[in-house]
Parts: sequence; C-alpha cells; structure tokens
Amino acid sequence: MSRFSGILWSLLFLAVPVLGVATFAVAPSINVWLPPDVSEHGKAIDGLFYFILALTGVVFVATEVALFWFLWKYDAAKAQGPATYIHGSHTLEVVWTIIPAATLLFLAIYQMNTWADVKMRRPAMAPSVEVVGRQFEWRLRYPGRDGTLGTPDDLFLVNDLHVPVDEDFLVQLKSMDVLHSFFLPNLRIKQDAVPGMKIPVWFKATETGQFDIVCAELCGWGHYKMKGRVTVESREDFDRWLESQYAKQEATQPEIDPSATVARTE
Amino acid sequence: MSIASAPPTVRHEPTVQAPAPHHASFLSTYVFSKDHKVIGLQFLFSTLVWFLIGGLLALAVRWQIAWPWSDVPVLGKLFAQEGGQMAPEFYTMLFTMHATVMIFLVIIPILAGAFGNFLIPLMIGADDMAFPTLNMLSYWFMWPAFIAFGASFFVEGGAASSGWTSYPTLSTNIASSPGAGWGQTLWLLGLTFVGVSSMLGSVNYMTTIILMRAPGMTMFRLPMTIWAMFITAVLQAFALPVLTAAGFMQLADRTLGTGFFSPEGNIVNNWMQATGGGQPLLWQHLFWFYSHPAVYIMILPAMGMVSDILTTFARKPLFGYRPMVYSIAGIAGLGFIVWGHHMFMSGMNPALGITFMVSTMMIALPSAVKTFNWLGTIWGGRVQFTTAMLFSLAFVSMFIIGGLSGIFMAATPVDIFIHDTYFIVAHFHYVLFAGTAMGVFSGIYYWFPKMFGRTMNEFWGKVHFFLTFLFMNGTFFTMHILGAVGFPRRLADAYHYETFHHLQPLNAFMTWCAIGMVATQAIFAANFFWSMFFGPIAGRNPWRSNTLEWTTPSPPGHGNFDFQPVVHRGPYEYSVPGVEKDHLMQTDPPNAAAAALAAAH
Repeated sequence: MSRFSGILWSLLFLAVPVLGVATFAVAPSINVWLPPDVSEHGKAIDGLFYFILALTGVVFVATEVALFWFLWKYDAAKAQGPATYIHGSHTLEVVWTIIPAATLLFLAIYQMNTWADVKMRRPAMAPSVEVVGRQFEWRLRYPGRDGTLGTPDDLFLVNDLHVPVDEDFLVQLKSMDVLHSFFLPNLRIKQDAVPGMKIPVWFKATETGQFDIVCAELCGWGHYKMKGRVTVESREDFDRWLESQYAKQEATQPEIDPSATVARTE
Repeated sequence: MSIASAPPTVRHEPTVQAPAPHHASFLSTYVFSKDHKVIGLQFLFSTLVWFLIGGLLALAVRWQIAWPWSDVPVLGKLFAQEGGQMAPEFYTMLFTMHATVMIFLVIIPILAGAFGNFLIPLMIGADDMAFPTLNMLSYWFMWPAFIAFGASFFVEGGAASSGWTSYPTLSTNIASSPGAGWGQTLWLLGLTFVGVSSMLGSVNYMTTIILMRAPGMTMFRLPMTIWAMFITAVLQAFALPVLTAAGFMQLADRTLGTGFFSPEGNIVNNWMQATGGGQPLLWQHLFWFYSHPAVYIMILPAMGMVSDILTTFARKPLFGYRPMVYSIAGIAGLGFIVWGHHMFMSGMNPALGITFMVSTMMIALPSAVKTFNWLGTIWGGRVQFTTAMLFSLAFVSMFIIGGLSGIFMAATPVDIFIHDTYFIVAHFHYVLFAGTAMGVFSGIYYWFPKMFGRTMNEFWGKVHFFLTFLFMNGTFFTMHILGAVGFPRRLADAYHYETFHHLQPLNAFMTWCAIGMVATQAIFAANFFWSMFFGPIAGRNPWRSNTLEWTTPSPPGHGNFDFQPVVHRGPYEYSVPGVEKDHLMQTDPPNAAAAALAAAH
C-alpha cells in the first residue's frame, strides 16, 4: 500500500470536520438558520441550542481531527516497526468515562428549568383560545366578550390566530380526529394535539408581526397544507380585530324570529 | 445436528473430520437449507434486493421534496396520477414504506439475519446453530412479510401511509387516509411476521452463543461481533413481544372493532370507529418500548463488526476490550428506559419527560466510551487502508456526528423546536445509513472471501467508498441546517410557508447527492457479482486475522471446521512482541507464543 493512498484517505477524513464546521459557519449567512425568535422563552431555548452546538462542536472537531491524525501518523506505509502492543488503559477509561458523564449530567440538570418554564409552569389564567386540529385545518375558538370558553358568544375562526403582544397567552389544544402538532417556529412552540386530550400550551410573544403555524405531526394526505397564520399585535389592535370579527360573526347569524322558525318547521 | 446439552469444553472430541458428505437435493441445499451459512446468504441476498427498493423509494421521496408536483421520471408512468406528478397521498405512502422497508426488511435482517447467521457459528467454533430447523424457519417467515409489504403497494388505496411509526388514530381509523385501508392491515401483518422471524433468530443466537462455543472459548474471548450479536438477541427477545402485542391490538382495533387506541367518539373524515375508550398515547408507549431498543438492534451488530475490522487493519489489539463489552451491555440496559424521548412533544406528562431526558443524556455515555476506544485502537497501529477498513473508519467518523447530534434532541427544550424537523432526519440517517450501512458494507468487503472464497476488487471498492462517502455527506449533513430552520419532515410541499420558502435550492442539491449515492451502488453491485465468480481466490485467511472463521476453508463446507478448533487466547492478539508473524490466531498453540514472549522479556 503506497504512502500516497494513506495521505489521500486521511485527508478525506480531515475534510469531515473542516466541511462540517464550514457548513454551520456559512448557514446563517445564507439565511438557512434558526428563524427569528419572537417569544419570551425562546431565548433560553436558542441559548441552549448554541451552548450544545459549541460543546458538541468542540468534541466533534477534537475527535475527528484525532482520527485524521492517527490515520496520517500510523499509516502502515509510513510508520516504522510493529504496532504498539497494548490492550487498553484503565486510567484513560476512567477519565473518558467520568468527564463525559459529568458533562452530560450537568447538561441534563442545566436545562430542566427551561423545560419546566415552557411545559410545566402554566400561568394561572383562563384559556385565551381553544385550538382544535382537524384534517387539515386549525379551528380556533375565542372566548368572546365574556372571556369564557363554551358560552354562546364564542368566536369561531379557522387558521387565523391573533395574539396580543407582551401578554401571557394560554392555548387549550385539542384534536378532533387524528394526531396533529401545533408548531409555531418563530415562537419556539411545539405540542402534539391528541384526540381525547386537552393540552395546555402557553407563551408570551415579544414582537409584533405575522408568522407561520405548521402542522408537525403526520395527519394524513393533506398534512403539508395544514397551514395557519399567527398575527402578533398590540393589545389595542387585538381588541379591535376581535370586535370586528365578532361583529362579522353576529351579522351572519339568522334573525331570531318566532314566525320564521314556525315556517321552517312546516 | 448437535444438541448442545453438555458444557462447551466437552462438546465433542477434537478430531480431524472431513466435512460430512452431503447427499442432498438442490432444494434442501440452497432453498430449504438448514446450514447457517446458506441461510445467512439467503438473508443477505434478500435484504440487498430490499435495500435497492428502499433506496429507490427514498429517491422518489427526495424528488418530491426538491421539485414538488413536477413530473416524476419512470415512477410517474408506473403509478400514473394526475399526469406524471405525485399525489400527496402517494408521497405519504412513499416515506412510510421507505422507512418500513429499510428498518424491517433491510437493517434488522441484514445485521442479525445475514451477518448473525453467517458469523456466529464460525466465530465461536461451532458446526452450526443450536436449532437449524428454527433457523431455516426464521428466514422463511420473512417471506410472508416480503409478500405482505410488497403486495400492499398494489391494493386499493396503496400501501400503508401513516408513517413507519403508525400512530393511531391515523392508522386505526380506516377512513383517515387512502393507505389506511388494506395497506395498513397488510403492514401490520408484515410487521408481525418480521417479528416472528426475529424472535426465532434471537432464541437461536442466544442458545448457540451460550452453549456451543469451542473448547477454550470463554465469554471474554469472544470477538466483539459475537458480543454485539448476543446482546442484540437479548434485546430482541425482551422487546419484541411488546411490539407484537401492540401490533395485534392495532389489528384488532381495525378489524374486530376494539378501541385500544381510539378515544370515545373519535371521528376521522366522517367515519366513526365502533367503540372508543382507548388512548392514542398507549400505542406510542408500546411502539417505542420496542422501537427504541430496536434502534440499538440496528447498530450494535455493526459496532461489533467494526471493532473486529478496525483491529485487523490497525494490526493492533482492541483498546479496552472489557469496557467495550460493558458499554454494549450499558447501551442495551439503558436502551429499555429511554423510549419516552420519542414522546417529549406527544402530550405525555412533561414531568415524565424530565426522567426520560436524564436517562437519554446518560445513554450517550457508553457510546462516547466506545468511540474513544475505537480511536485508541487506531492510535499506535499500523493502518492498512483496505476498502473494508475505509468503511469501518467511515463508521467511526460518521457515528461521532450521529451520536453528537442526538444530544440536541435529548435536550428537551431544544427538542421543542427541532422535534419532527430535518434535524432528527439528519440524526437517524447518520446513525443508520452513515453508521450501520457503512458497517454493513465494511462487513461485506471483509467477510466476502469467507462467503464466496474470492476477494472483492479493491480498486472499485475504493471508488465505491469514496463516492458513497461524498454523496452521503452531501445528502445528510445538509439536513442539520435545514433542521435548524425548523424544516418539518413528512411534508409533501413546505415551500408555501414563509419560513421555508427559500429552502428549495438546498433540497435540490441534496436530491442530486442522493441520486449520486444510489447510482454509486451500481459499482458495488457490479463488483459484488463479478468478484463472486471472477475475483482472486482468497485462501483461508486473506486479511491475516485472528478469529476462528479464518481457520476454515473459504467458503467453509457443511459443518464448517475441518478440525476441532481449540481456543487459547482472545481474538485481538496482533503485533505481539517477539512473535514472528504480526498476529496470533485464537487457535495457534500456546507454546510458540509463550516461548516467543519469554524470549522477548
């Protein structure tokens, strides 16, 4: 085996960390990166993402470069004499067990609080909206003027979620038929909607704008088009929008006229 | 065939025996054979055919992601819908069946069925498996599965299309999607037969490894391949019954009107199941209780094979043999208590998510230990860049990526964002394709001489390696950054979302790489079949390796060994100081080695 092939193959393995790091370095500049975060808790999630990226990045580069270096240096066509006759090292085993164990345990404990904030410490409030997944749309039910879900003045909408900025917002998530997943990329929210379950989802939006609602759990042939929009707006705009939608809904209700009702039953 | 009731050391007298003359018909030699080697090769050929089918399904999936709703070449004419373009339900079916085929008909049977069958008796010094008839049945029980999965493409509504995870109520309600009719029922039947086959194999492997080792072959002299196969068999034996039971429950929900997985009053697409009162999450728990250990079933044997191949071509003992064994056992043990990490977003109690997050973080540890020991094995070696070695090195290099990317998903808060995006698709393709499939290629190049008596062409092997390595990373590494955008998996067309509309060029690049990757496999197929008939004659031990299979003729006759192997040492005695040749086989008499060692000191 010639030395040339040893050089070629070790360089190929060196290309792994080089191109790997390059991909992640270039990605943000070509806009293939985390979408803008507009939620309060998103900073913690993104921070954790970057932290793990840095940590795994260091391990990735270190191990891949070590692999390259060993291949370069211990190429049978280059290295002199026989291989080192060694069956292992107790000290090394202990070191490379304890250090990753401690790191992983730290990581596990470090992130618990963020998880608890996003998924366990629910704000004490009545649901702001009920979201029901259905093949292939998001059905929304706002409490209406009285602020209570399940009353006659509830407001029904489809795929058009409005959220007041800088306020806690509590979604009651349900599914009418199959599994769906309520995914708001910019709000760093994802939660499966499960038939037979009511699952609370909460967040606080910090910036106004219009963003996507994506279904992230396979729900049938039309899964790809189960698209909604979330509009984050000021409290005034939100109230004005709610009122206008409410008026629109009221306008479509039939006049309650006793004689008309009788006529219809005939 | 031998019934192994006695302890391994006294199983039979060391005699020089010619392979028994075997007067058998073609049918009992090549079709309904009870010889573990023939059965192994039957598994190998069947799974390679399905590998090709699964790869082509993947290309069709990639086509739709790169150029949604454009005319599909070839396939468009075969399954003509709306001109030659793909219907969304067809796309859904494609990715469901791509995963199903790759997992249940390729990876699991090629590792346990092909390599497990072929290698276990040879590497432990047995003349065959403990239960040859059971072994034969384990292969033939794959055929109902082949037929069920294969036929399901042609039934009304097409094959299953609720994902390979088959989550209710999409899978249980027959009106939920076109593939939720006969396709889904056949899918469940196929799954059951695959399970039966695996179970038959697994009891056989456990029994054989425990009872039929050659004299002197203690457990801690077993090659890593055998340790990995043994622990894999244990995993299967304990996890499979749960999947089988769950599969029957889902079948009952669909056909008998039970309601294990559907809540009361569940209506999908205007169709109501007869009864309710069930829980969709129950399926997820049962399914992942099997399918998470199955993830390790899909990689541990490859890890074992790679360990053996690395030592052979580094001409150096395995670094940390016992830690390697313990870490496999650790992965297997922890593997049973991490299934909930597939369900962080499922609606499962988030407090339970924390428990699973901690156990999932800890399972990264034995994987890290294994990686460090592989690096330690190469360190100070004398590396020979054979094709088999290159694929094994690729396994190590790629497994680092697949292992590290797993930490992102294990971190529950990050998982909120990247769950069910291309980040996870990148992760499991790095583990299963860039990992396991590289291990499988490595194993084929390495053991091909033992299987067919001839070596594969090294030049074309390296061309195959180089192109596969390049295209593979082009396809799968890019998925990480797509995942960072939140690009969801399983969407027939995601570009109408504002967040994802700019990602089409990147996806087109990945699809070109995928096409290149599949095309490259033609080189492998040509090399494989050409070498089978025209490759250079290998001899018994072409790689100057240590383990028992290399003491047999290539290919070994019926009964494997033409002498009774007696084992004197562990499998990794390479470059022993003072020994003239750079390797000491497990069967080499102890005197020579001891004398040489004494002389060296």
